[in-house]
Amino acid sequence: MTHLFNSTKTFVFVFFVLLFLISSTGWSKEAVPVAEDPAIEKRMLDLTMNLRCLVCQNEPISDSRADFSNDIRREIRQQIKANKTDDEIVQFLVDRYGDFILYDPPIKLTTMLLWFGPVLLFVAALGSLFVYLKRRRVQIDEVSLSQDELKEAEALLNEDKKGKNE
Amino acid sequence: MMRYLIPLIAFMVLAIFLMVGLTLNPRQVPSPLIDKPAPQFQLSQLHEPQKIMSSDDNLGKVWMLNVWASWCVSCRDEHPLLVQLAKSGIVPIYGLNYKDERDTALQWLKRYGDPYTISIIDADGKVGINYGVYGVPETYVIDKKGIIRHKQIGPVTVDSLEKTILPLIKELQSQA
Repeated sequence: MTHLFNSTKTFVFVFFVLLFLISSTGWSKEAVPVAEDPAIEKRMLDLTMNLRCLVCQNEPISDSRADFSNDIRREIRQQIKANKTDDEIVQFLVDRYGDFILYDPPIKLTTMLLWFGPVLLFVAALGSLFVYLKRRRVQIDEVSLSQDELKEAEALLNEDKKGKNE
Repeated sequence: MMRYLIPLIAFMVLAIFLMVGLTLNPRQVPSPLIDKPAPQFQLSQLHEPQKIMSSDDNLGKVWMLNVWASWCVSCRDEHPLLVQLAKSGIVPIYGLNYKDERDTALQWLKRYGDPYTISIIDADGKVGINYGVYGVPETYVIDKKGIIRHKQIGPVTVDSLEKTILPLIKELQSQA
């Protein structure tokens, strides 16, 4: 063992990596029942990755083990076999479950705020920053320095430079 | 004064938004099927499987479609209410027996009472998908023209029945 792993630390690390690998493969197997045709299965998974499981709302249908997701996956497989396009399948589901099933909501009147709200906020923030800075500039009086003061300032700055070079 | 007021107002607006958010139920997904024709079905009846019921059979009357299953725990909560409603004769209730076994479904009805004019079998949940079912029980109110006018997600309660469903049914029944 000591030849393979320089220290116990690396051994522990590799052990946990292996543990995670094993457990993650276990999960994906349970979530995705094996279909006869890998091409269909791949298309189905690509589609369901962006669809929300309505029962377990923070999971995509592709990952979910809920009965609902199982049914939708089966339905999608059947529709793929029936030569439906991806758009047709998604539209089929949206017609029944609404836009809520999409993780990527379409741009329309009711979702305008969702899509463009952040841009709006950013512009508003930028605008208020601009106004704030402009106002502050008016508030600060420009102090003009006398000839002596300028010399003194220059001397101080030069001193600083020398100090750094040393 | 303003420098204290502005954060206070901003906080209050945020608080109001969050408070409204608390009262919303994220499980209640608005159905796109409201005010759309009820999806068609031809399904075997639960009591007499050789008989087929079609959704068109109910054209011309206001009816309720209740999605239920013997495995569904909260169906038991709403069931006494449905039995009572059926007895009152206000509106016929049809049951969509969703992804269930026929024997256990029949037993369940025997045990808890059968409020359904007819129950139909949706063994593989295909019709359920067409109706956008995702959490049983769900109840649809369908008008004389076969249009879905209301969808109740989750168990029917006294509150939802008295405040929403019954007034709606009365209104729909008075329509031609």
